[in-house]
Amino acid sequence: MAEATVSNHEGGHQTTTGLNHRKMLMWVFLGSDCMFFATLIATYLVYKGKSLSGPMPIDVFSIPVTTVSTFVLLMSSMSMVLAYSALRKGSLKGYRTWMISTVILGSTFLGFQTFEFYEFANHHVHIDCINPGELTDYEQGLFDKNCTEGVDHYDAQHGLTPKTNLFGTTFFVLTGLHGTHVTIGVIWLMSLFLYSFKKGGVTPERDLDTDLAALYWHFVDIVWIVIFAVVYLFGVFEGFPT
Amino acid sequence: MATENINKALDSNIVHTTHSEHPSAATYFKVAMALCLLTGLEVVVFFFEWLSYGIIPVLAILSVAKFALVIMFYMHLKFDNNLFSTLFLTGLFLAIGVTFALMALFRWFHVA
Repeated sequence: MAEATVSNHEGGHQTTTGLNHRKMLMWVFLGSDCMFFATLIATYLVYKGKSLSGPMPIDVFSIPVTTVSTFVLLMSSMSMVLAYSALRKGSLKGYRTWMISTVILGSTFLGFQTFEFYEFANHHVHIDCINPGELTDYEQGLFDKNCTEGVDHYDAQHGLTPKTNLFGTTFFVLTGLHGTHVTIGVIWLMSLFLYSFKKGGVTPERDLDTDLAALYWHFVDIVWIVIFAVVYLFGVFEGFPT
Repeated sequence: MATENINKALDSNIVHTTHSEHPSAATYFKVAMALCLLTGLEVVVFFFEWLSYGIIPVLAILSVAKFALVIMFYMHLKFDNNLFSTLFLTGLFLAIGVTFALMALFRWFHVA
């Protein structure tokens, strides 16, 4: 029986499937990471509407801001795939341009998330006791409690932190761990960008390193697609318990 | 000679399975535009109060479409070996199962 040991052009070893082990391992990891995020999303949904005190999603979420950050992350996915495409065509200059664009867009997304967390932690409630207008359930509770005879307005800080209520705990754990994934991705992509300046570091023949980083980055993107719909849009949908 | 032939066959297999034809930059751009459009639709649909609970399937379909576009075109599952799809989708369907099982366990679908 003839035995053959073949190294492919990317330095990997031949396998019984003919596929690269590193790439297969990455897909297995991404499949398992789906389950990791699924448990966090399920926990968020299970405890949705079970918080005993506010603020609730409808009080703190800003859909326009999150839509912009979602757009930024989607664009980073496009620049990532264009970086990989440029590398396969042998354009190292194009590769570097798109890679640094991806890093900048990823960092911008993290900036949005930091801003959002800061805003939530410092959430300020202002209620006009004379003309209250449309109030959320949580604000109505504050109105009933604080807008007594002779009081014309109510101002106070009611921040949302992981310790505030069940919504805060599940929300910060889920989005915080997603943000951690993004941070790891940004560091990984930045490393590849810097490595491309080393002679022979990043070449079209060794594109698997970039391929694996790209798969990870796109995965972070698809997780956010789910979080945006389930946590943010469903979060402020009035048909669900808030 | 036999070993050489096997090596050649294996080499071509590797090239075929790890370097299948990928879309052009124009296709990637079109996919990005489609993703932005679908995200915009999600936000617009969200403000259609008359949809009521109908918003759930609409948002679910839009999200699934975005998800599918990214994994098919950007992650190249449409063009790569089917084993990669199998590995990932197994994890994904298990994850969906875990989500629904947990929600059912905590009586999320229970109507009072």
